Amino acid sequence: MADTVQTWGSTVPDKAAAKPNKMQKFLRQRSTIAFLMCLPLILIIICLVIYPAFYSIYLSMLNKSQTRFIGLGNFAFLISRDTFWQVVAQSTIFALSAVFFKALIGLITAHLVNNLPVKGQRKWRGMLLVPWVIPLALSTLGWWWMFDPTNSAFNYTLRSLGFEGIPWLSDPYWARFSVILVNVWYGAPFFLIMYLAALKSVPEQLYEAASIDGASAWQKFIHITLPMMRNIIAITVLFSLIVTFANFDIVQIMTAGGPRNMTHMFATYSFLLGIRSGDLPLGAATSLFMFPILGIAAVFILRGVRKRGREIG
Amino acid sequence: MSTITASVPATKPMRTGASLRRSRRWALFASYFFLILFAIFFLAPPYYMVVTALKTDGEMAKLATNPWFIYDGVTLDQFRILLYNTDFLIFFKNTIIVTVCVVAITMVVSVLAAFALGRMRFWGSSILATGIFLTYLVPDTLLFIPMFQIVKSIGLLNSYWGMVLVYPTLTVPFCTWIMIGYFQSIPKELDEAALIDGAGHMQMLFKIFIPVALPGIIAAMIFAFTVSWAAFVYPMAFLYSSDQQVLTVGTVTSLIRGDVYKWGMLMAGALLAAAPPLVIYAFLMDYYIAGLTAGATKG
Repeated sequence: MADTVQTWGSTVPDKAAAKPNKMQKFLRQRSTIAFLMCLPLILIIICLVIYPAFYSIYLSMLNKSQTRFIGLGNFAFLISRDTFWQVVAQSTIFALSAVFFKALIGLITAHLVNNLPVKGQRKWRGMLLVPWVIPLALSTLGWWWMFDPTNSAFNYTLRSLGFEGIPWLSDPYWARFSVILVNVWYGAPFFLIMYLAALKSVPEQLYEAASIDGASAWQKFIHITLPMMRNIIAITVLFSLIVTFANFDIVQIMTAGGPRNMTHMFATYSFLLGIRSGDLPLGAATSLFMFPILGIAAVFILRGVRKRGREIG
Repeated sequence: MSTITASVPATKPMRTGASLRRSRRWALFASYFFLILFAIFFLAPPYYMVVTALKTDGEMAKLATNPWFIYDGVTLDQFRILLYNTDFLIFFKNTIIVTVCVVAITMVVSVLAAFALGRMRFWGSSILATGIFLTYLVPDTLLFIPMFQIVKSIGLLNSYWGMVLVYPTLTVPFCTWIMIGYFQSIPKELDEAALIDGAGHMQMLFKIFIPVALPGIIAAMIFAFTVSWAAFVYPMAFLYSSDQQVLTVGTVTSLIRGDVYKWGMLMAGALLAAAPPLVIYAFLMDYYIAGLTAGATKG
């Protein structure tokens, strides 16, 4: 490193004289250093992301004991199973409904917080973000305890209000509802924070101008807030779709896929097949089914982020 | 349109003053009302965890009293059982080791790479930046099965050092991404001045970029910390003996023995395990939120 310091000292002063070959050498040296600085990152991405991804494709084409190449056999097997289609359905239902409600609650709470006097906003924001800060596995444990059928907090409350207790996690449909509820609880604060930041970036003059024109609050929301936030809403929704679709913690802890495999998602199902049952190739094949869906979402996010980067400048 | 806008101030100038103030007050009141409802929804689970952790086993078994409140007195028994009779402290120690290593690795790798990508353009640098963002979008549940095989072949299965190896895939891309944004926001004049004074790349990084971008570095560190503290899929798949286990999985699996769930102790464990991220959040909330929102706005 010491010699680069020296060369810097000598090259920079005659940069003004900018001879092309010297300039080239200067650039080449600079880019070599830059490449070396990126090397650890590149190694991590190649060894621990790209290699596993291709290895996963190879692995998914082997038989259970990984001794024989069976082509698309694992994929064909999965497609022929009813449970697999249940997983597809449940993952889709879970992701779409959870993201919808997270975005809705996030949008509502962001507006509510934004309505408050500026002094109190920090306190409310801090309080409402707590679900996002607790590690999901641990808060899910807390929810599981609240859903407990006999001494659960929810059923006690329901009974004392004169309703019947609900079999939260033992009835397949209630179990589906419960895992979605926990995900909404966990993820809505993230949307709140993103939308609140976006709301703050909308120029105040636009609202003032609209007020002078006699616009109602609803009209301001439709014609100013939504268009100004469109990009950030798209990014957060797509990002959340990926994370929610690939969610593992909630289902694994609360139901482990049950009752009757009705709550299995791609992640928990491939965990069951690959790790619990020891059929790594089949598990790899299951999780690979997520790839196209996540890939499409990723491309759109990238487009949105780039666009937003240009807007901000 | 222009006729409407012109007529509005003319027709109701008398009304707007008072009614606007009244409607503002109503809006504020409604905001508080609904925010309280949402706060109850968001804070009920942590509240209930605290209440459960402070109850005696006797009160919980009786099923007679309202479970949302404590009637038989507050006790720290659950925490005592947790700390003395279980492997909880081993999990805690393992998690600290893993998290400290992962945060250190993440910061070195991502600050170096972000400095190079944010300031020095080189062949393929924009492709690399895009690639980093795309790897950030790869969820851990997509690759944990091939990872299992890879970690096994290196001989790190059932060892927390395996976590130190694989967690950076979750933290490095995002940290690099937000650091690129922070570094790019530093005015070019600063490094030109440093170049004229004869500073090398490393001097520039340590004397200018790191101090100026310190808020970004803290935000990235908090992100790396929370991610590796909360990671669940990898330890669930790769660790199985309790001397190697980390907090998240250890609390959820190892503390549950047999059919009798010691809920008080479980909740005490969950609370203690969630405490470090919560404490950091309480003290460094602005950095935490900056890191959270930077992903979509910077870059």
